[in-house]
Amino acid sequence: MLAAEPKGCGTLTKRGKASCGAHGDQGDLPPAIWDKVKTHPCYSVEAHHHYARMHVAVAPACNMQCNYCNRKYDCANESRPGVTSEKLTSEQAAKKVLAVASRIPQMTVLGIAGPGDPLANPEKTFRTFELVAKAAPDIKLCLSTNGLALPDHVDTIARLNIEHVTITINMIDPKIGAQVYPWIFYNGKRYRDLEAAKILTTRQLQGLEMLSARGILCKVNSVMIPGINERHLIEVNKAVKSRGAFLHNIMPLIAAPEHGTAFGLKGQRVPTARELKALQDACEGEMNMMRHCRQCRADAVGLLGEDRSAEFTKEKIVTMTVNYDPEVRKAHQAGIEEERRARSVPRQVDVGEHECGSSDIKVLIAGATKGFGLINEHFGHAKEFQVYEVSRSGAKFVGHRRVDHYCQGGYGAQDDLAAIIRSINDCRAVFVARIGGRPTSELNKAGIEPVDQYAHEFIENSAIAWFSSYLEKVKSGQIQHVDRGDGAIRQDPIISVA
Amino acid sequence: MPFKIISSQCTGCSACETECPNVAIFEKGGTFVIDPKKCTECIGHFEEPQCVAVCPVDKTCVIDTSLPRYQPPA
Repeated sequence: MLAAEPKGCGTLTKRGKASCGAHGDQGDLPPAIWDKVKTHPCYSVEAHHHYARMHVAVAPACNMQCNYCNRKYDCANESRPGVTSEKLTSEQAAKKVLAVASRIPQMTVLGIAGPGDPLANPEKTFRTFELVAKAAPDIKLCLSTNGLALPDHVDTIARLNIEHVTITINMIDPKIGAQVYPWIFYNGKRYRDLEAAKILTTRQLQGLEMLSARGILCKVNSVMIPGINERHLIEVNKAVKSRGAFLHNIMPLIAAPEHGTAFGLKGQRVPTARELKALQDACEGEMNMMRHCRQCRADAVGLLGEDRSAEFTKEKIVTMTVNYDPEVRKAHQAGIEEERRARSVPRQVDVGEHECGSSDIKVLIAGATKGFGLINEHFGHAKEFQVYEVSRSGAKFVGHRRVDHYCQGGYGAQDDLAAIIRSINDCRAVFVARIGGRPTSELNKAGIEPVDQYAHEFIENSAIAWFSSYLEKVKSGQIQHVDRGDGAIRQDPIISVA
Repeated sequence: MPFKIISSQCTGCSACETECPNVAIFEKGGTFVIDPKKCTECIGHFEEPQCVAVCPVDKTCVIDTSLPRYQPPA
């Protein structure tokens, strides 16, 4: 069991602000870096409330096999990396970017993340970036790679002004790597087991060092695989931190059997919400941890947590009139920045009021939201809940829980409700814009307080206000503060057996 | 015997297409096909067939036993 006090983002600096960019304020980031991340939804937790990203699936080929990946099956309702509904040529992709840019002015980032490995398809990947840079120079370029071919392409990445690179690093110890990667294909040869993992880790760390040396911002993704690499990821965190990685994103393994992945078929367990948070907290020292990753598809479009890719299929793009106007986009984004400045979140509960033995109480709360950091979703319509940890030092975003309405038709409304409650079982309260009678009583029965009095306000501020009264009630003995146990990050889909 | 791709298993990932030293692999209806006239089983190029090595789905690029073996030019 990992246990560690959160540091970094959770602690307060002298100015009463969190000391990293994860809260969305500049914190202690140098201006040049802040400038790069402030509108990138994946690199700034606060930006992700306002700015959208898109992926184009131009890179289907891959140079290795991961046990958590299967690109053979695609369902339009699935959201996981390596999944796409259609593949695009570089030209189609560039047109799609312009179509999205003109319709979603808050889309600031184009990422290429597969469905294979972008650097196993270097021509297609880089041609796409070149076309987009020419047609829409205001869009940030970003790519995500397994790192095997990375050292060969760092110069090109720098030349094309790709400012953000994500490397997926699951291990630095080949013995662990051998359990994650059955094989790699390197320099015209297939390698397996230890030998493969040795080559891979060398190339990954070399690539990371080369990018850092060129001032390219690096995010490291790691998949947390219980029983295989969960403890080891603390070592990975140290290794990438010392090589200049900017952000570390530890993601929970997705391993449902119906995805047909090696882990899924083997019945590999996925981490619980508490396990994931403990690991993220343990790694959170001098380095920013990303906790708002939605593990999106290779063709995702929109704000994180929303997917509008169905509006931009190949078929629909052909008929679209593209009116890309950088001025319109600029004006829209200036409006967003105005809104961000106007938003002030008190980060501290007034300490003076609660001189009681409850000072170290921490609770998790969930907010039903469709973006902008607001409680702006009806409980029954929520596609995801954002989870905050509230304590006397303020509210801290710690993750989200997906609520999938599965297409297999296995859920009745009742099962849905039970599944939602399972997913936020570790939260003391759930903040909603509205909520019906039955869910209210079910939530109360489960010990989760439904709160609708803060509808359409910011989750953080509301959580802090609610927490103040919660502390009062604990102090007066009106309620007991108890440990809420654990929650499920993703529901297990129920497959109807025909 | 040139190699062939079992199309029902092919994910259409295109990894083999770029690795083939003979440019023998092309897309057809979403999956990939090997032109048996061009395939040399990678003899003279690599130790093992590149399509087999890079294919993410096991037993998808296989020897086509219905055709005669590739004979390298004398």
